[in-house]
Amino acid sequence: MTTSIKIPAPLRKLTGNQAVVETEAETLIDLISDLDKKYPGIKERIYDGKEIRRFINVFVNGEDVRFKDGIKTKITKGSEVSIVPAIAGG
Amino acid sequence: MKKISGLKCRECGRKYQAKAIYVCEFCFGPLEVDYNYEQIKAHISQEKIKTGPNSEWRYWDLLPVETKSVISLGEGFTPLLPARNLGKLLGLEKLYIKNDAVNPTYSFKDRVVSVAITRAVELGFDTIACASTGNLACSVAAYGAYAGIKAFVFIPIDLEKGKIIGTGIYQPNLIGVEGNYDQVNRLCSEIADSFPWAFVNINIRPYYAEGSKTLGFEVAEQLGWKAPDHVVIPLASGCLMTKIYKGLKEFNMLGLIGKVRTKFSGAQPEGCSPIVTAYKENSEIVKPIKPNTIAKSLAIGNPADGYYAWKTMKETGGFAETVNDEEIIEGIKLLAETEGIFTETAGGVTVGVLKKLAQTGRIKKDELTVAFITGNGLKTQEAVSEAVSRPKKIAPTLKAFTEEFPWIKR
Repeated sequence: MTTSIKIPAPLRKLTGNQAVVETEAETLIDLISDLDKKYPGIKERIYDGKEIRRFINVFVNGEDVRFKDGIKTKITKGSEVSIVPAIAGG
Repeated sequence: MKKISGLKCRECGRKYQAKAIYVCEFCFGPLEVDYNYEQIKAHISQEKIKTGPNSEWRYWDLLPVETKSVISLGEGFTPLLPARNLGKLLGLEKLYIKNDAVNPTYSFKDRVVSVAITRAVELGFDTIACASTGNLACSVAAYGAYAGIKAFVFIPIDLEKGKIIGTGIYQPNLIGVEGNYDQVNRLCSEIADSFPWAFVNINIRPYYAEGSKTLGFEVAEQLGWKAPDHVVIPLASGCLMTKIYKGLKEFNMLGLIGKVRTKFSGAQPEGCSPIVTAYKENSEIVKPIKPNTIAKSLAIGNPADGYYAWKTMKETGGFAETVNDEEIIEGIKLLAETEGIFTETAGGVTVGVLKKLAQTGRIKKDELTVAFITGNGLKTQEAVSEAVSRPKKIAPTLKAFTEEFPWIKR
């Protein structure tokens, strides 16, 4: 079973317009590296080398990874990961 | 020539067309409206503004729409009241209340929604939508009804009754999400990605947010064309503070007012204070939290403009403070008893923080201070239902009355 990742509109140019892609990575940081192998350039857009970028929220099964273990958050098989722009609401 | 030149990323400066987009494709920074200021400067003046409508649209030149046929219910140009009683109590000689509780749907959100819906229709949308903590819900539903377009309104299911009824009356598609505002917001980001709707605080946000500038414009105009010395503003997403600051700076840049030396102080409830916490820890990272407060309109645990509000307070020498639930209720009562204004819980937060800042000397007694009251108390009656005067029940006779009030002299 793989994990599905929801890609927001601003990143879909990199994923060939796919709104959902798959991964088998087991932590968030591995997931980001795996994405970058398949879709070069995506890593630097969401990750600043230390943390998820300021204006991006990443959710694993609906929970913000900042409430979990950040980039070390474990991804279990069948999880749903969403990458969502932070500038919304209010 | 159009007054909107395009959208521009606030972080990296990349430019985009003025469409329904809101984040920079490269750095995910917020897109902001870029104006042709030279053109605006050539014809804007105090005199021209003064002859405009008694609504926020007197500042049409600085709002991000091209049409003159704006969708307006008369929002804005609300009273700026000298708060002599409250000022005396707090030891502030020049305290004013900007009372935005008297807008068409009783909160400041009518300002941003009027701009957003006008722009949305201008861009060809036939459906308006939002993620809301309540006040925005009422406003989007009302303006959607008035404009005759479909409205989808998403709220946390546990909102105050006044806000649910105050939205439902306009018959929008009202969706109560089982979760807090941050979860509603995340859901809406995904829905906005899937449906061709004008989400006022998502894909229309660059335009929507500009409506809040008018609070800054109005205060400056109502003070006789000058910026106040100190302002106290409630913080939810942080957008309101950021835009009031922008409004004052724009007025200065266009020569309508002198230098802006205003200190911006922010108010949050103790149960949801990610921005104040960042301020106090002197950290530019606003860490998300899970809200637990009676001030539901401020219950945003992951504030979109938190960083910019933080920056505004630091840059201007303002302060950040919190109040707990009891102090919020005290704040609501204090404003009502001294100035005759019944505000909602967010206003209680603002007044409570105003009081703290005054008592600790962080607001100086001779500073011209404006506290922004952004919503109406009739919408959050639950918060104060135990704290108000109850009717004294009497028989319909003079005798019964005089017996109840023996101390009144005839």
